[in-house]
Amino acid sequence: MKVSAEDVRYIAGLSRLELSDDEIQRMRTDLNDILLYIDKLNELNTTNVEPTSHVLDISNVFQEDIPSQSLDVDRALANAPDRQDSYFRVPKIIE
Amino acid sequence: MDIARLNINELRLLLDKKEVSVKEVSEYYLDRIDKLNPRLCAYLITTNSNAEKMIDKAQKRIDNKQSLNLTGIPLAIKDNICTEGILTTCASRILYNFIPPYESTATKRLLEQDYILLGKTNLDEFAMGSSTENSAFCVTKNPWDLETVPGGSSGGSAAAVAADMCVAALGSDTGGSIRQPASFCGVVGLKPTYGRVSRYGLVAFASSLDQIGPITKCVKDSAIILKTISGNDASDSTSAPVSVPDYEDSLGRDIKGIRVGIPKEYFIDGMDKEVEKVIKDAINHLISLGAEPIEISLPHTEYAVATYYIIATSEASSNLARFDGVKYGFRRHGKDLMDMYLKTRSEGFGAEVKRRIMLGTYALSSGYYDAYYKKAQEVRTLLKTDFEKAFKNVDLILTPTSPTVAFKIGEKSNNPLQMYLSDIFTISINLAGLPAISIPCGFAHDMPVGLQIIGRYFEEPLILQVAYAYEQSTNWHQKRPILD
Repeated sequence: MKVSAEDVRYIAGLSRLELSDDEIQRMRTDLNDILLYIDKLNELNTTNVEPTSHVLDISNVFQEDIPSQSLDVDRALANAPDRQDSYFRVPKIIE
Repeated sequence: MDIARLNINELRLLLDKKEVSVKEVSEYYLDRIDKLNPRLCAYLITTNSNAEKMIDKAQKRIDNKQSLNLTGIPLAIKDNICTEGILTTCASRILYNFIPPYESTATKRLLEQDYILLGKTNLDEFAMGSSTENSAFCVTKNPWDLETVPGGSSGGSAAAVAADMCVAALGSDTGGSIRQPASFCGVVGLKPTYGRVSRYGLVAFASSLDQIGPITKCVKDSAIILKTISGNDASDSTSAPVSVPDYEDSLGRDIKGIRVGIPKEYFIDGMDKEVEKVIKDAINHLISLGAEPIEISLPHTEYAVATYYIIATSEASSNLARFDGVKYGFRRHGKDLMDMYLKTRSEGFGAEVKRRIMLGTYALSSGYYDAYYKKAQEVRTLLKTDFEKAFKNVDLILTPTSPTVAFKIGEKSNNPLQMYLSDIFTISINLAGLPAISIPCGFAHDMPVGLQIIGRYFEEPLILQVAYAYEQSTNWHQKRPILD
């Protein structure tokens, strides 16, 4: 199998996810099944093929620099799980 | 008169002639939703209390003889499209209480005509799935058989249209999420060209693939809604600066001599034989109306699903990084900031969303980027080139929307790869960014089958013209499930 339990833990860390031991085993099986299928892509030689990241031929979309109304603080903070004054409040970061 | 069966223009006529009021029509639908939703779970919320203001505004516009196409028309909106002041959850626990402070461009354009928002419809969490079983809140049932799935991810919208719980709905389509549920539920689903409809306010899943589109009871309704929601938008730099035609203009035109490509790769071994027969009959019907069939090849079709599940999950892993419990939505407290992130995301996301974030993060992680993400983008070019070559010789491409009819609830939910493969006929179209529609074209195993019509970039008028010609010479679109 391509992906080890250790790899799953590492990727979970990058993804900011905490997985139980059961979830890690299940995830490992699923990822390996899917990646095995995805290996199909290696049947194709793509040496001189340009990658496509965007289908339409649009680049450098600019706008006039005209100030307009932005969200006021109360509306921007209305969904905050925790707020203080005009800030989002989070657990202490710096010791 | 049965209000439930009316399409947009029929209802428009009654409203403008004052034979019914907006209030009567809206209440009729809200009652019907109350009656059917406990069984179908098509809607996550209805907008009873908000509806009143909308109803008054719409009625005033009608009274002043200033009604537009959608004035007073009750619609449903998929719950990953932001509606200002109205709960928008993406069927995820992580957004269970999110009330958007802004309106999506697509729904803003509906509001400018004073449409009636009936409610927000169920979906696979963050539109990730093909069955609507991945909703954190409930499983939507297919109105044609309550033991089967409605398809996904816009399963709530498709079920609501099929069960006459709205006149029409908006969905979103990243890999087939409008067309496959439309096919499973026997309704019309259109995925516009990438960039045709602004994505502003559509909660992002895979930004290079996502597109909003209509799910309707007939082709004309699809044209009317597309016309309303399309067009360039300064809030979405990927929306196309291409003028919007009147999509109703091409309806009713003769289809004689239109060249339709039949790709051999879409009639594969393992495809349901009854579905295949229904699709071949539909193609023959179009030929009898004057379409010219041409056999074509889209040789890289078999690589589409693998390509999609790298590109879509990579983009998703990046897009969903914003859900961290800081600015909105669910938060689980932790001993420090990192602990809060971990707990919030682990409890907030469901299994399929986690799987896709993990797969995308893996594909983008150091050392694997070239092998997976870059490789998939190169194959995406090959898939796009397949279509470009085909469209040199044909005007449209005809395929089944799905290799099967709707499957049973639970049948594929434990096998992610099997579930992914059910999108095999819709995914390439998103990777290439092309427009495509699914229209009802018959039944197999007593369940609806959809015909997919794919067009060149921005050639929705031709797609709609052929779809309309098919629809008006058959009666599949008039069939309804028995629910009462």
